[in-house]
Amino acid sequence: MKKLVYAIAFILLWNACKLNSSDNKALPIFGNKEAVTKTVNGKQVTDTLYQTIPAFKFVNQYGDTITDKSLDGKIYVADFFFTTCPNICPVMHRNMLPVYNEFKSHADFRIISHTIDPKYDTVPVLKKYADKMGISGNTWWLLHGQKNDTYTIAKSYLVSLQEKNPQGQYVHDGYFILIDKQKRIRGTYQGTDAKEVEKMTADIKTLMAEPDQKSTK
Amino acid sequence: MKIKLIGIICVVLAAFVISCQSDEQVEFNRYFSAGSAVYQANCQNCHGAKGEGLQGLIPSLTDSVYLKSNKYQLACFVKNGLKGQIKISGKQFEGEMPPNDLSPVEIAQVLTYVTNSFGNKSATITIDQANADLAKCN
Ligand code: HEC
Repeated sequence: MKKLVYAIAFILLWNACKLNSSDNKALPIFGNKEAVTKTVNGKQVTDTLYQTIPAFKFVNQYGDTITDKSLDGKIYVADFFFTTCPNICPVMHRNMLPVYNEFKSHADFRIISHTIDPKYDTVPVLKKYADKMGISGNTWWLLHGQKNDTYTIAKSYLVSLQEKNPQGQYVHDGYFILIDKQKRIRGTYQGTDAKEVEKMTADIKTLMAEPDQKSTK
Repeated sequence: MKIKLIGIICVVLAAFVISCQSDEQVEFNRYFSAGSAVYQANCQNCHGAKGEGLQGLIPSLTDSVYLKSNKYQLACFVKNGLKGQIKISGKQFEGEMPPNDLSPVEIAQVLTYVTNSFGNKSATITIDQANADLAKCN
């Protein structure tokens, strides 16, 4: 009898530990933080405000207007590229394809790729690129916008872009930025490194399982 | 005694054959391994580690028939770039490969690597061959 009690206690403990370890799995939150103190029910409480992606307005490869509202309730990955990029972009998008294929059936997941060469990468050029890449539907948007707007939004993703260098090439870093449903930065990954992108895929699954990221259905 | 002599002659002959082969083999190996490094640095980002290309954007380097029938143009493609419609492995492509300022020996090396990797098989493309091909670029 005593043995049985011990056994049950052990099993319960074991399960509790196991549950805990998966519950605690959460991604960090990046960007600037700000502590705000407010009064709730006469008591002072301090909250942490995290940096979020500000409002924006771009056009996708179908000519549809895409704003920050279009990404409400979505987990998404953002990157910066241009269709004639000879060096890192083919690698980034070769690595992005498995991510697209893995999550394209999730209604609350998106990929957005901003072109940094809006003069050449017009909406029809972006559509053609999407067709050649074999991407369709609304999971992966290629976004066209004013150069200033793109460069400004890049800063809020902590990505650095530079004007054309003397060789006529744009310099930009190949990061994939993971954004949660509260528009906070939850991960940055080197998009040219297949290993890091695999980690991103695992992190997206972790993020999707966080309580405040669950599907809103 | 006679058998011993024949035996020795055979061994000497065999040694000749092997050393001749390995001369060629050594040259091939040198081109191939240098070419592998040139490929990683200059081509792999677009054409992929396995020569698989990228969807409908960048053709694969696995179409042995195409590579064989354009054998003497490959050096010019690499040096001057390539644009316009081409059909690779039954798929239509219309992209643009930028020119690449590799030296003739690097071009010979990378082409030896490409035409002997990803399921392709062919002979060494030597520096002399590459120079001869490059002289005929238009
Ligand atoms: C910026 C991307 C890029 C780079 C870098 C690049 N290529 Fe290409 N390559 C292309 C594209 C795009 C085409 C197809 C051009 C067309 O559609 O006419 C092509 C076509 C080819 C072809 C003929 C078609 C085929 O698939 O067999 C060969 C051979 C080739 N490239 C070899 C190389 C080699 C060798 C290197 C490195 C020295 C290299 N390429 C670097 C993009 C690239």
